[in-house]
Amino acid sequence: MAPVESWGRIRAEGAARPLWWRDDPLPEVEGTMLPFGRGRSYGDACLDQGGTLLLTRGLSRFISFDEATGLLACEGGVTLGEILARFAPLGFFPTVVPGTKHVTVGGAIANDIHGKNHHRAGTFGAHVTRLELLRSDGSRRVCSPAEHPELFAATVGGLGLTGLVTWAELRLKRIPSAFIRWETVPFENVDAFFELSARSDTTHEYTVAWIDCLARGDRLGRGLFYRGNHAEAPFRAGRRRRPVTVPFDLPDAVLNRLTVKAFNALYRWRNRGAGERLVHYEPFFFPLDGVERWNRIYGRSGLMQFQCVLPFDRGLGGVRGVLDAIARSGQGSFLAVLKTFGGLPSPGLLSFPRPGVTVALDFPRRGERTLALFRELEGLVLEQGGALYPAKDLVMSPRMFRAAYPRAPELERLRDPRFESTFWRRVTAAEERP
Amino acid sequence: MNVVVLGATSAIAEQVARLHAARGAALLLVGRKPGRLAAVAADLRLRGAARVEVRALELDELAAHAALAAEAEALLGPVDLVVVAQGALGDPAAYAADPAAAAAVLHTNLVAPASLLTAFAARLARRGAGSLVVLGSVAGDRGRGSNFAYGAAKGGLALFAQGLRNRWHRTGLHVLTVKPGFVDTPMTAHVPKNPLFASPERVAAAIVRAADARRDVLYVPWFWRFILLAVRAIPERVFKKLDL
Ligand SMILES: Cc1cc2nc3c(=O)[nH]c(=O)nc-3n(C[C@H](O)[C@H](O)[C@H](O)COP(=O)(O)OP(=O)(O)OC[C@H]3O[C@@H](n4cnc5c(N)ncnc54)[C@H](O)[C@@H]3O)c2cc1C
Repeated sequence: MAPVESWGRIRAEGAARPLWWRDDPLPEVEGTMLPFGRGRSYGDACLDQGGTLLLTRGLSRFISFDEATGLLACEGGVTLGEILARFAPLGFFPTVVPGTKHVTVGGAIANDIHGKNHHRAGTFGAHVTRLELLRSDGSRRVCSPAEHPELFAATVGGLGLTGLVTWAELRLKRIPSAFIRWETVPFENVDAFFELSARSDTTHEYTVAWIDCLARGDRLGRGLFYRGNHAEAPFRAGRRRRPVTVPFDLPDAVLNRLTVKAFNALYRWRNRGAGERLVHYEPFFFPLDGVERWNRIYGRSGLMQFQCVLPFDRGLGGVRGVLDAIARSGQGSFLAVLKTFGGLPSPGLLSFPRPGVTVALDFPRRGERTLALFRELEGLVLEQGGALYPAKDLVMSPRMFRAAYPRAPELERLRDPRFESTFWRRVTAAEERP
Repeated sequence: MNVVVLGATSAIAEQVARLHAARGAALLLVGRKPGRLAAVAADLRLRGAARVEVRALELDELAAHAALAAEAEALLGPVDLVVVAQGALGDPAAYAADPAAAAAVLHTNLVAPASLLTAFAARLARRGAGSLVVLGSVAGDRGRGSNFAYGAAKGGLALFAQGLRNRWHRTGLHVLTVKPGFVDTPMTAHVPKNPLFASPERVAAAIVRAADARRDVLYVPWFWRFILLAVRAIPERVFKKLDL
């Protein structure tokens, strides 16, 4: 059994209690607790160092499904992968999926996750119709936009702090086939990205771009634009490749500017003439899931992800600034992701997505150098009136958090007094770091 | 395929049932708690099971076993697979004050499963088909001070299954003895986890594979076969001092 850790490889320090039955009471523990799904959050939002993690993996049962409406009720520890495996062949798909299918429904709600179709569908929480919340006082409340609406809004994007989501009901959408018509369009810089993005958002359900995080100058933000729609005809599923697993931590030296540069060049070259293809949904939505535990290529010291959203109204300068700082640092690894968020409001008090453009990429965690870069980037985001994504964060300052999440005090009021995370203690701390 | 799962709310059994549900099996789930059985049954139906029946039953009651085997056939039709998964770990610290508690562990983990196996084996053997899957444990390979009643029961159960295998071999009835090592289940909730722990999903997948291949004995994860080979080789003189 692997140790409990976040995706960035921060190890859980403290107790862990597996949960098995949705009608069981919460375990009696000393101190604070926090639900833990599959640990696909990068930083410390899914950790409660010194407290107890409630492992939801055993809460993995489907409860009911209505073919007519697409409403699926399931326990909070069911993963999107399990939903896909069962329901995609029947012609149903989760309305919002992130870049990995190994996330739980509870985790997807708590971070109010977004997908490549944010411009059309909004966030995951927008498709959650009801959920049951189990609080540390033993009470259970069924919450929806109509019943306990305040608690519902606090739980969607609520970072696991309002209680345990024992089960939830989601609306799945109908799909005509398990295949995606996937088109790749190379572009030369950030301006070209925005043009392509604006055009594609009207014609394509899914849009996202991979960019070369080392390119600079005229080439700043050059990359490959991906866009796709569900293919109409019911194509048969092809042979599924078994994922390979990274069997152990790779030494730090494997990842350096040279390998990253080589990777970016190779990636661009391989995908350049791709044009339009018909592919199964897996490689389109979850390219990284083809390599299980790929986070081990960063070695024991792990990785940090930087993800921000920058509002449109400040123009392109902000995005250029952020991309330029990253390219200058030369620390970014492999590919960066660029995606525009649409205007659909998120139902959560603390949801991250908001109209603008989001930039996300991984960095190997290499001490002070990496921290200095993150501080610089945070400054740029703050200046632009943007936000950082708690699901990916490890270092955001309380000042940044307050600016980006003005409704945090409302969540604090509705928080379960026994539920706490390391992230929450950090970003709500009174004093600023030096 | 018609599958009977005894102790269906145990974590390993539930995962085995999921794999059969995904293949479109018809299942009868037997366990103690009606609410939990209903939750498991609803899940299995949504995972593709052709049918799921549930019976809430105290499997320690031997008198009910013959009727249960008959009922299973009446409900499902000919039974192809029986998974015997009920069990209880017991607490050796309590045995001194209450010797009956040690005997109860033997009853739950050996006597009752043996009775169930006998009831189902006779029916399956008459048809000359089907498999019995018996959940033993690596704890049954050597007596240890930390769980002597449980270990003795599982050891006895493995011998019992071996005997059944021998007795019914010619009829075409297949008996698989499963010996899991540490598995992350409610039974081991109080044990601090280490890298030797396997997930119920992984164990279940190995069980289904081994049953399909009609194997006799399965150590799961596989390395336990070698660990136990070594553990069994330690002379008693030394072993008793090891405080395991
Ligand atoms: C490769 C990769 C790609 C990703 N791509 C995207 C993306 O495209 N878009 C995006 O938005 N995110 C993305 N993420 C982040 C990921 O979607 C979120 O971190 C998600 O919340 C992780 O879910 P989890 O089940 O692993 O939850 P964890 O990381 O274990 O926990 C996340 C939060 O959910 C809470 N929680 C978990 N279960 C429950 C429950 N039952 N009740 C209440 N609270 C609960 C936890 O307390 C914690 O606050 C990606 C992550 C990876 C590793």
